[in-house]
Amino acid sequence: MAEPGYYGQFGGSFIPEILVATFEELVLAFEEAKADPEFWNTYKKLMGSYSCRPTPLTYAENLTRHFGGARIYIKREDLNHTGAHKANNVMGQGLLVKRMGKGRVIAETGAGQHGVATATMAAKFGFDCTIYMGEVDVQRQRPNVFWMERLGATVVPVTEGTRTLKDAINEAFRDWVSAMDDTHYVLGTACGPHPFPEMVTWFQSIIGQEARRQVLEETGRLPARVYACVGGGSNAMGIFSGFLEDDVELVGVEAGGRGLETGAHAARLASSDASLGVAQGYKTFFLQDDDGQMKETHSVAAGLDYVGVSPILSHLKESGRVRFAAATDKEVVDALSLTIRKEGLIPALESAHGFVQAFKEAPALSHDDVIVINQSGRGDKDIFTVADAFEDPSWKQFIRDKAEEYDAG
Amino acid sequence: MLAEHLRTKQREREILLMTHIVMGYPSFEDSLRVVEAMVEAGVEIMELQIPFSEPIADGPVILHANQRSLQAGSSVEKCLEFGEEVAKRFDIPFLLMSYYNILFKYGVDAFTKRMAEAGLAGAIVPDLPPEEADEYLAAMAAHDLSPVFILSPRTTDERMAQISKVTQGLVYCVARKGVTGQETSFSDELDGYLTRCRAATDLPLALGFGVKDRADVDFLRGRADLAVIGTQTIRVVEEEGVEGVKPFIEGLRPPRSS
Ligand SMILES: Cc1ncc(COP(=O)(O)O)c(C=O)c1O
Repeated sequence: MAEPGYYGQFGGSFIPEILVATFEELVLAFEEAKADPEFWNTYKKLMGSYSCRPTPLTYAENLTRHFGGARIYIKREDLNHTGAHKANNVMGQGLLVKRMGKGRVIAETGAGQHGVATATMAAKFGFDCTIYMGEVDVQRQRPNVFWMERLGATVVPVTEGTRTLKDAINEAFRDWVSAMDDTHYVLGTACGPHPFPEMVTWFQSIIGQEARRQVLEETGRLPARVYACVGGGSNAMGIFSGFLEDDVELVGVEAGGRGLETGAHAARLASSDASLGVAQGYKTFFLQDDDGQMKETHSVAAGLDYVGVSPILSHLKESGRVRFAAATDKEVVDALSLTIRKEGLIPALESAHGFVQAFKEAPALSHDDVIVINQSGRGDKDIFTVADAFEDPSWKQFIRDKAEEYDAG
Repeated sequence: MLAEHLRTKQREREILLMTHIVMGYPSFEDSLRVVEAMVEAGVEIMELQIPFSEPIADGPVILHANQRSLQAGSSVEKCLEFGEEVAKRFDIPFLLMSYYNILFKYGVDAFTKRMAEAGLAGAIVPDLPPEEADEYLAAMAAHDLSPVFILSPRTTDERMAQISKVTQGLVYCVARKGVTGQETSFSDELDGYLTRCRAATDLPLALGFGVKDRADVDFLRGRADLAVIGTQTIRVVEEEGVEGVKPFIEGLRPPRSS
């Protein structure tokens, strides 16, 4: 690699001068931790006792029968404490914050999963915690806001811009430039300035290391394909990094929203709508207009609704190592419904994007082939969105009754 | 050259004023009237910000102005035309200020060429550290433009020396941690920092972030060469309209003696 923090032409560190010293300190702390085997052991132990690691690899027998092609395995990141792979990154960064001797953490959150995970980590480690969340996301992921506040975090709704994830990231940077002495910004995905893409990938690589070992133990072979949804790209980088050196096809699935042709989506690598840019501290593909202004994006899954994407994934796309696809909101709800019915598993709306593409491709593969889908998180947080999508009448009645009860009380 | 020009101006007034606007906020017509009022009030140099959707180094007031300008339909092209118009019309140097993506997407070389044709003096790009700036530096040099870099209180002496090698025209010293538009305490701490900046470069020092009234400008006299007034002029326009700009700027320094 030519320069640290670059992956081909992507990555870098485009930060205001006031943060340069903070990033130097972070790079150093990360490099020391990475070179210290004890650090990874401590991390693994923590994840084992606090977060159900190793998470299992589940054979989806009914889905396999249903599609009649490849054997479908599901990596169960939903079983992490707080319900998503986000816990891996957050606990890792928490250990790093302890090493750096800081006492406050801030984070951005889209779906709320990263916010809940960060607030949980802060509660466990005794850090002060502030979470920035776009106002739109506050509304669609209200249960997660409830939990963040119970965990002692201050949740700040961001009313600027598109009022979603990218704006929450900007606000977190704004906080950080005035508070970096005692504050660490726990960025939630494999994006942002160096060292975040590499650091988040490193913590998430625990998924891929486990998955590779488990699939070999279970099936005696490497999978033909591995599927993961791609928001910023952290769960995808996590599972992919276990198979990068293998002859395994890696498939990242982005949010196709209302359809790529409608423009209302968040497909940066699977569509031709994105272009190279520099924003939020790093160079990658962004959904932007000809002037370089970031566009509005859309996804039923708040966690995938982001204008940029990991510079590492941009590089892996350019080098042809990872293939990208997009799943529409409607396909996602259908895949979710099928997975619930057939397997009793409830993937998050984000994760269900990976399922859509796997379901499309499984029938054409042979029963000798194994495919692995990363179930990055669990879907209970999405109950309001999913109930809306299913137009569930009894759920609506329950909400009405509950509202009446509050009004009366 | 820009630095010389500023030095000459300093023979007339000990402390110079650099002001800032977000182009197209609240409208291009108003932006033009604000520039006119500032020039009439004796401002020596101005920053013209091209709005960006992700202005991570700007505080709420300028962030909001960026977004309102974009919503009102401002574009990079309109901003460059505006920059050209004011540069031709008014006899002070103008710097562009924006985030790197605006230049990158336009094409860094094409952008700087356009700046030079428009008669602009240089640019401030707060999210472009010198380490990432090779292409930009080459393009700015090729078109005889001043790339203005930033120092912060956390910049080490060693790094200050490095930055002073690439910056041209002036050095922009950020007064404190944080984004634009918050309170700054003008105290001895600032004094020590400015002394460090002074030791690192022979170029004029501009101090920005939180300069808002006569007392702040008075404090900076003898310590910095330029006082940068950013957020406060936007507040003045919002509270008093364009009419408020001229008296506000004039009130920042004693009337000219000569
Ligand atoms: C369950 C789940 N999966 C996936 C994502 C997308 O993020 P990433 O691409 O970083 O894994 C999120 C983000 O909030 C999430 O909550």
